[in-house]
Amino acid sequence: MAADNEISAIYYIQHHLQNLTFGKHPDNGWSWASTSQEATDMGFWAIHVDTMGWSIAMGALFIALFRKAGKAATTGVPGMLQNAVEMVFEFIENLTRSTFHGKNPAIAPLALTLFMWILLMNSLKLIPVDYIPEMFGRLGVGYMKIVPTTDVNATLGIALGVFLLIIYYSCKVKGVGGFAKELSLTPFNHWLLIPFNLVLEVVGLLVKPISLGLRLFGNMFAGEVIFILIALLPFWAIWVLDVPWAIFHILVVSLQAFIFTTLSIVYLSAAHEHH
Amino acid sequence: MNINMTLIGQTIAFAIFVWFCIKYVWPPISSALHERQKKIADGLDAASRASRDLELAQEQAAETLRETKQQASEILEQANKRSAQMIEEAREQARAEGERLVASARAEIDQEINRAKDELRSQVATLAMVGAERVLEASIDEKAHREMLDKLAAEL
Repeated sequence: MAADNEISAIYYIQHHLQNLTFGKHPDNGWSWASTSQEATDMGFWAIHVDTMGWSIAMGALFIALFRKAGKAATTGVPGMLQNAVEMVFEFIENLTRSTFHGKNPAIAPLALTLFMWILLMNSLKLIPVDYIPEMFGRLGVGYMKIVPTTDVNATLGIALGVFLLIIYYSCKVKGVGGFAKELSLTPFNHWLLIPFNLVLEVVGLLVKPISLGLRLFGNMFAGEVIFILIALLPFWAIWVLDVPWAIFHILVVSLQAFIFTTLSIVYLSAAHEHH
Repeated sequence: MNINMTLIGQTIAFAIFVWFCIKYVWPPISSALHERQKKIADGLDAASRASRDLELAQEQAAETLRETKQQASEILEQANKRSAQMIEEAREQARAEGERLVASARAEIDQEINRAKDELRSQVATLAMVGAERVLEASIDEKAHREMLDKLAAEL
């Protein structure tokens, strides 16, 4: 009986941590993965439909809310939604102004997108872990992991976007030659030390997106696992641990969004600077 | 933890959202905020200008009032002076008139006295004559005595 419980608990946890995957299985061709093993076998040519769906939904929600507020924005007395939107807007504008030292009108909207998108995706975590998977389960969908930022693909994907922008702006501001020179001749300005410099700088460059993505993923994934473990308790005891953890996560959710945004601005600011 | 196409998909979604935000979300909010900022600044500016104008107007009003008061006091002073002068003149005139009156009265009185004296003088002799006639009950040399009495009357 105890062993049965253990197995069902492990199954419960694994089930909650499995994405809804559609991909090219070596045996079945393009199909939905019905087990975790099948999803793993699919390798790279697979897509986490739940991650994509929820992240796009959150992105669209952000765009819709801010677009609505922006369209209705007048110079008169602002309404409730507009107040909230303007608060976030000014927060991001000030953050960008104090952190970013170049002149680039695209950075502030980028930071706004990052902050609001990640904040909304993280916030999905505060929905009790069983609600939405259970709902989709009744509809015949086997897996549903609703928090996109607990999927390493999502966080690394966004970080990759930031990384590409770092490369793009480095080349644009310093020129390809200037960027190559920066990579090869710092910190030691001597031709003999070029290989050493290259290794140092390229590692430093690559660490930026990886640390960005993994930090967000790590925080969100760990929090999610704890939520799932708490959900294994008897139903009348769940709130004792769940409520404090959720309240703590209100902080984590916004803090991680803020950290991701700030570090992205810092990296992009560094990409705009001549050394 | 399978790394798969989701990574690429997320990057594309990210790029689209950022592009959309740069193009359609950021500008209207930004322009509305900056416009409002400008409007408030203008309003504050206008208010401070108005208060400055008010101060100026008050100063001007005070200045005008001061000038008017001064003018009024000047006019009053002049009037006072003029009235004093007029009174002085009137007094002078009255005094002169009075003196003239007194002088003419005095001349008249003198004249009266002289006339009375003449009359008296002419009557004294007659009276003395009658009196002497009565005392003496006799006729006297009227001619001789008359001469003497006339002399006497002239001495009066």
